Amino acid sequence: MNIKAPDAPNKSEQPLIAGNLTFHDVTEKISGVVESGTPRLWYALISITGLLSLMFFIMLGHLFFTGIGIWGLQIPVGWGFDITNFVFWVGIGHAGTLISAILFLLRQRWRTSINRFAEAMTIFAVICAGIFPAIHVGRPWLLFYVFPVPNQMSIWPNFRSPLLWDFFAVGTYFTCSLLFWYLGMVPDLATIRNRAKNRIKKIIYGIFALGWRGGNRQWRHYELAYLLLAGISTPLVLSVHSVVSTDFSVSILPGWHSTIFPPYFVAGAIFSGFAMVLTLAIIARKVFKLDNYITLNHLDKMNKIILVTGLMVSYSYVVEFFMAWYSGNLYERFTFWSRATGPYAWAFWIMFFCNVVVPQIFWSKRFRAHIAVMFVASILINVGMWFERYVIIVSSLSQDFLPSSWQYFKPTIYDIGMLIGSFGIFLTLFLLFVRFLPMVAMSEVKAVLPQANVHHQGPEAIELETGNVRG
Amino acid sequence: MRMAKKETKMQVILAQFDGAEALLDAARGVRDAGYRKFDCHSPYPIHGMNSAMGVTRSYLGFIVGTVAAIGLLGAFYMQYWMSAVDYKVIISGKPFNSFQAFLPVVFALTVLLSAFAAFIGSMMLNRLPRHNHPLFSSANFERVTDDGFFISVESGDPKYELKKTRELLQSLGGVNVEVLET
Repeated sequence: MNIKAPDAPNKSEQPLIAGNLTFHDVTEKISGVVESGTPRLWYALISITGLLSLMFFIMLGHLFFTGIGIWGLQIPVGWGFDITNFVFWVGIGHAGTLISAILFLLRQRWRTSINRFAEAMTIFAVICAGIFPAIHVGRPWLLFYVFPVPNQMSIWPNFRSPLLWDFFAVGTYFTCSLLFWYLGMVPDLATIRNRAKNRIKKIIYGIFALGWRGGNRQWRHYELAYLLLAGISTPLVLSVHSVVSTDFSVSILPGWHSTIFPPYFVAGAIFSGFAMVLTLAIIARKVFKLDNYITLNHLDKMNKIILVTGLMVSYSYVVEFFMAWYSGNLYERFTFWSRATGPYAWAFWIMFFCNVVVPQIFWSKRFRAHIAVMFVASILINVGMWFERYVIIVSSLSQDFLPSSWQYFKPTIYDIGMLIGSFGIFLTLFLLFVRFLPMVAMSEVKAVLPQANVHHQGPEAIELETGNVRG
Repeated sequence: MRMAKKETKMQVILAQFDGAEALLDAARGVRDAGYRKFDCHSPYPIHGMNSAMGVTRSYLGFIVGTVAAIGLLGAFYMQYWMSAVDYKVIISGKPFNSFQAFLPVVFALTVLLSAFAAFIGSMMLNRLPRHNHPLFSSANFERVTDDGFFISVESGDPKYELKKTRELLQSLGGVNVEVLET
């Protein structure tokens, strides 16, 4: 029989995991991070990020007490940093889902080393994202109106509103990502449970490992559940940010009212998300010495995705300007002309430089393998993507139809403080994650090691071809 | 009640094997000897193990598919009933039953319910969480999540006989054979 297993490693490719590791090496390395003593650096970092989070919550208290007037919001700029941060953070999450779901379905086996912490990044980013729309409504205690629950006015939510779609889209996105992440982690939590020396640790990890025994009767349901969750999450990569973009494109505001928004937003989301994964991967790789797991090959592939999505984003910028001119609409033309030359030109050109010019360096193979270059580039791209949302939201609102109502948006200390504070929350959650949970999916990495490949040519080889799609 | 009584008397024979390939061969041996209540434990899922053990592919897909269909219809009906039946509100002159505008929420709720079905369904089919399995009394079995490959045969199997089963596992290459009870 001449059936070649589809997962058989291609000879011409570099190994996915470097260093000829055994199964036990993988367990030792990844569990070791969780089991060993806490590094000093970790305490130093979490003190800083914890303080930033604390600052966020203090400002939040002030916001609840005083109202959203403490931000620089005015009329016409009723959406400022709050919604910019929301769109920015939701966008970051998308790379995690793309890695965990789409790359899984496409059998891109290199994803196994990075999917766990990319998914963690998704969850923490969506937490940060969820805070902003919730608090920007001004009376957050009335937020339950978005749920279709009976209330004293016996009125229901308006299902024709994109803002409501957004709530359902982001809520679903968060829940699915969390379930997917947790399901993937169950076998690894069992690893930590089995290795735990300390009784309390054994009980806590044991509870979350759910009594996993690694039997094939469990794996078969587990694998299908994983595949189904990947399949379910795949459309979410495209749908969530599309729905977010309808918050804008369904309105009639020049600069927002555009049909290119859904694909444009999705490409931008994946672009910024991969930049964030890259930033975190480079740091984690360095601090925890994961060079064998996150190889230059992985980084190279991520850089290529950044280049491709960066080109899509650049194309969208060009098309937006072209359509503004081609539409012949006076307001539309003015909005775009003013974006590039008006009061927000500084933000526009930061965005343009970071999102259009910077990713072009990844045409070069040398830069795709140069850690320092890609680290700087990944941060610049995230700066650029934050400014993209700022430019879209604030510059369009600030100069709308009636020149007499134009106003320039000036952020207050609370705008800036809460933006920085949201990074504090994100990084605090991330630091807790790398300290207490296995940050690389051990069971998945083991399945892509060369010795995991059973070289068997019996009747079961057919099954290799058709079933059992893990890894 | 009967279940509970059975569980307390459950006995398991555990044998360790050398690697994925050895485990696959041994699984075929146990299957061909006529056993049904046995399981092959490994640190990662092994391709081809389902047919080696003689078990079918998981039918979780049907559960998730059913729940997804319920979510799809339920989410649409919910919005239709709330907007066009129970409390009609005219908003920008749009029809009460603006079904096109309902689709994003229909999609989101379908996905949400399917995700819960996939997660909870797989847990129920796997009978998890369960923290009191006899296998957990073996210290050697802790290696299953590291680099150990094991076969366990449960006393509930009609062909189960302590001596014969143990010999079978040893003849298939099993080492560190243990008899475990709750």
